[in-house]
Amino acid sequence: MADNIITVSDDTFDEQVTLADVPVLVDFWAEWCGPCKMVAPVLEEIADDKKGALRVAKVNVDDNPRTAQRFQVMSIPTLLLFKDGEPQSRIVGARPKSQILSEVEPHLS
Amino acid sequence: MRTGRIRDVVILGSGPAGLTAAIYAARADLNPLVLEGEPSSTSDQPGGQLMLTTEVENFPGFAEGVMGPELMLQMRAQAVRFGADLVVEKATSVNLSASPVEIWAGDDAGEPSVRSRTLIIATGARSLLLGLPNEARLIGHGVSTCATCDGFFFRNKPIAVVGGGDSALEEALFLTKFGRSVTVIHRRKELRASRIMQDRAFRNEKIDFVWDSAVSDILGAEQVEGVRLRDVRTGHERVLPVEGVFVAIGHAPNTGLFSGQLDMNANGYLVTHGGTKTGIAGVFACGDVQDHEYRQAVTAAGSGCMAAIDAERYLAAQHEPR
Repeated sequence: MADNIITVSDDTFDEQVTLADVPVLVDFWAEWCGPCKMVAPVLEEIADDKKGALRVAKVNVDDNPRTAQRFQVMSIPTLLLFKDGEPQSRIVGARPKSQILSEVEPHLS
Repeated sequence: MRTGRIRDVVILGSGPAGLTAAIYAARADLNPLVLEGEPSSTSDQPGGQLMLTTEVENFPGFAEGVMGPELMLQMRAQAVRFGADLVVEKATSVNLSASPVEIWAGDDAGEPSVRSRTLIIATGARSLLLGLPNEARLIGHGVSTCATCDGFFFRNKPIAVVGGGDSALEEALFLTKFGRSVTVIHRRKELRASRIMQDRAFRNEKIDFVWDSAVSDILGAEQVEGVRLRDVRTGHERVLPVEGVFVAIGHAPNTGLFSGQLDMNANGYLVTHGGTKTGIAGVFACGDVQDHEYRQAVTAAGSGCMAAIDAERYLAAQHEPR
């Protein structure tokens, strides 16, 4: 995994995502989800491309049901973009890189 | 991804048909280029329909079964091992009247992304949705295109599955692991599914059936709260309260790219003859894009092998002195 992708849990979510000083793209995923596996390399590329301007965080919904529930995630992969502690954008389902970037880029400074 | 080099073999699609074609073409030293498709949460994605399945019990060679996504990752690795080039992009346009054929992919416009002496079409089929406005609005909020991805979120909740074929019953059986109840809604009085799947579904205490009924609307402001059912004989409507809706009403081939260029049957499937040949020399089709009848992982793989051999023979014939 790229070194600028972080793994967050129910316990560390606020500290690492909502209180972060850069926008964070959170990937809700699980081991048993095929589309999650296909979108994972795309997120690694985005993390590399946007290093410094964007952090990518992964939440395993199996291990962290509270966070998934808190943001009403009912389908994975779901990508939530957080900025200043608030979710700004929600992408449900795996998407090509270009579509993810066009959702995310307007929120980056 | 634009490349100036003329390829011997380009393969569109990376399900069992496309990847088996890639394995055979790569082992024949043809260095195939595979346009795998783009990530999505429908079956129209790299790896194809098996990416949305769990246990595959009937693929020969796996006595204990194999997970669909795992099988596809293995096929992909096998194709890479023999020198296939794989690109996570989707073909957006083709010109099959040119020789070599011209293919555009991703965001490329103007000059074609790649030219190729042969083309193997393995774009597969996608699962159909109901097409209701509220269905699109509630995707990710109770409406799901992927039972294996999302069943987990419906623990102890009432779930509806729409459809009457093998896919519908597979989803229903899978969802019984999570849901409090699973109601299969079917337009007819009897199922299209295979006998073994019907037996399993009828035996399962969590599954019940609503016959002769169509879903006319999906209800819920923020999340799914129910479906409106219409009895197709009487027209009578009623509401079934559910929190999850999984749609498995059948498939349509991914052939839009070829309309006006290749022969299709009434359902839009590509027509092949003499193995995997299409109406255009050097263009071959394999897997579900040309198979309305069998639609199995193993038949798709088998026809992918045939397409690679057909392409190899076609190329060899081109090089023979006249």
